[in-house]
Amino acid sequence: MEKIKNPQELERLRLSILKDLKPDRLQVMVCGGPGCLSIGSDQVAAAFSEEMKKQGLNGRVSLKKTGCQGLCERGPLVTLLPSEILYQRVSEKDAAEIVAETLMKGKTVERLLYDDPKTGEKIPKQKEIPFYRHQVRIALRNNGFIDPTDIREYIANGGYAALAKALTSMTSEEIIRTIEKSGLRGRGGGGFPAGKKWRSCRDAQGDVRYVVCNGDEGDPGAFMDRAVMEGDPHSVIEGMIIGAFAIGANQGFLYVRNEYPLAVQKLTLALAQAREYGILGKNIFSSGFGFDARINRGGGAFVCGESSALMASLEGRAGEPRAKYIHTVERGLYDKPTNLNNVETWANVPVIITRGADWFASLGTEGSKGTKVFSLVGKVKNTGLVEVPMGITLREIIYNIGGGILKDREFKAVQTGGPSGGCIPKSLIDMRVDFDELTKAGSMMGSGGMIVMDETDCMVDVAKYFTKFLEEESCGKCTPCREGVRRMKEVLTDITEGRGTEKSIPLLEELSQAIILGSLCALGGTAPNPVLSTLRYFRDEYEAHIKEKRCPAGVCKELIHYSILEEFCNGCHRCFRECPQEAVSGEVKKPHKIDQKKCIKCGICYDVCKFDAVAKK
Amino acid sequence: MDLKKVDEIIDKYNGEKGWLIGIFQDLQQEYHYLPREAMMRVVERLGIPLTQAYMVATFYKSFSLVPRGEHEIHVCLGTACHLRGGQRLVENFERALKVKVGGTTGDMKFTLETVNCLGACALAPLVMVDQKNYGKMTADKIGKTLAEYRKDGEGKSHGKD
Repeated sequence: MEKIKNPQELERLRLSILKDLKPDRLQVMVCGGPGCLSIGSDQVAAAFSEEMKKQGLNGRVSLKKTGCQGLCERGPLVTLLPSEILYQRVSEKDAAEIVAETLMKGKTVERLLYDDPKTGEKIPKQKEIPFYRHQVRIALRNNGFIDPTDIREYIANGGYAALAKALTSMTSEEIIRTIEKSGLRGRGGGGFPAGKKWRSCRDAQGDVRYVVCNGDEGDPGAFMDRAVMEGDPHSVIEGMIIGAFAIGANQGFLYVRNEYPLAVQKLTLALAQAREYGILGKNIFSSGFGFDARINRGGGAFVCGESSALMASLEGRAGEPRAKYIHTVERGLYDKPTNLNNVETWANVPVIITRGADWFASLGTEGSKGTKVFSLVGKVKNTGLVEVPMGITLREIIYNIGGGILKDREFKAVQTGGPSGGCIPKSLIDMRVDFDELTKAGSMMGSGGMIVMDETDCMVDVAKYFTKFLEEESCGKCTPCREGVRRMKEVLTDITEGRGTEKSIPLLEELSQAIILGSLCALGGTAPNPVLSTLRYFRDEYEAHIKEKRCPAGVCKELIHYSILEEFCNGCHRCFRECPQEAVSGEVKKPHKIDQKKCIKCGICYDVCKFDAVAKK
Repeated sequence: MDLKKVDEIIDKYNGEKGWLIGIFQDLQQEYHYLPREAMMRVVERLGIPLTQAYMVATFYKSFSLVPRGEHEIHVCLGTACHLRGGQRLVENFERALKVKVGGTTGDMKFTLETVNCLGACALAPLVMVDQKNYGKMTADKIGKTLAEYRKDGEGKSHGKD
């Protein structure tokens, strides 16, 4: 492999790759995101390959497996280029028909097109589907369009041109000033200005510096970084090299969650390919600057998303945070100045260098520039990965992009910011989403999980869920966090099991203050947020649990019972057969009954009933 | 115990201290837990105190100090899965396997675990057995799923038909 020596060679290479890849010919792109993979997109791709051979299209159509295409709800997804037709819920059996009809004759296969749940209208083109129409893709620019295992595809799409520009025509100061001016804030949760961080790290005392990519995406219900690492790993690597050059670091670390083996695999391959082309290594683009990076897998500890804990983990120690009166930009990994940014932040950098700070700053709001990737999940019709400009309203995200609430139920709240965040109620649905507005509402941006909840979700249960999560994930170093969060969970458990008293809420509030004041790191400092935000907006629900011993949403097991609604039960006998306790009685074709004494509230009858005849109250 | 494999893993990381977690990950994958002899070897070769190795081994969720079952079941308890009944699934798995979360069945066939999020929320609630995902899982499918991993098909139906 010839190493690329300068920007001109990169451009020549790009043109020659384009000639090889022939981007104007027919392309079949099968989604290889986590959702689609789990339901057999690998088999779909194999079926396409087979059919194309069989029907004599070999060599005339390119087939590739891309990263996440976004609309996970309708997977496995297949997008065709140049027509931009999106086929949804494609099975291996459909491959023959798509090849014969669409690829050979140019006809669309109607039944595989996206149908709008509101109008029933079939929409053939990906970008015209409402889910995609309202998005602006910067960090996800290549995601779903390129084969992440082939560096040539990244280069063909203009990849590494920003690096060439930065290394050969910009100074460290110019790069940092560009990032500062762009207004890019850290996408990992804190929202700290990236340029400012870079400058502090560059100016810190020390001979050796490091850059770190935080890919320890621990928030439950969040898979943005996973998608970027798996779908466009080079964008992260390019961002890191640019950052390293600006800061003066020659070694980088990618810390990736062990639960993401595919991300590790894709990044490992990407690093190896970058080395082959001379994009990593000594004297990159003949600039005299050298850089390389390695991957470390996490150990399954949520707290390692915190920068000082992550660095301890990189050194091979337990991931306990330390007090940060000396910042990690001054003394981080091995006590050297270390600049850590999250996956999405790094992926934004090359675009800012290419298109300029002003362009980036023209998107978004006063204090939050650019876009944000969210994983839109929970009780929403279009579960998936979305990238939207900062300042978009919650309503636009949930209804226009997300397609509204599952089963057209009533929207209740949206949870953002993971376990450090909070629940935003229906009354704030027209709120603009950016770093500052979310904080004002008692939640936070976090890494980008957005979990939609409906009327059947209990907010006390949600608070208990996050508190339990944090109890397990607290590293145990600070007593207020270790013991306080545990105590909060006990109080919440009491409330959800009917043992709440009038003292429960004041106790929760008091504990919250103590935990916030007495914890070293952000895990403890924000741990009470799920409780405080639900108390702020859903106090009545807490009170119903405490005073009336009632769970209005029908979730808390100790406060509900299952019963069969005679008018809906047709006596299909399914619940009778499945009940592990033999608590259901009744004859075939006659309404059944549940014996409350035998019932253990496992919910199987509720799950299996096809006629909505089992009620939870 | 044959330490050749352990040495190979340590060599892969040049015996560097900073790779302790990576070495443990590989050992965990190889043996499904961290055998005492293997840990002692790592300590010796990396030149670190046993306390540090023990601290790391017990701090991170990936590692186990006791042998695990042949198949590992991970019930996802990410927020989306929680909202769609993940916790109820955990309880039903506990009943079906007669073990608590973290436990291994007497026949060493299954270990039951929960996981914070697998990042495939469209399929919630999600259960992963070894590397295979089972999306939109319901309690009534548990018996059938477990039967896939039991040759004799024991536990295929917990119903009465």
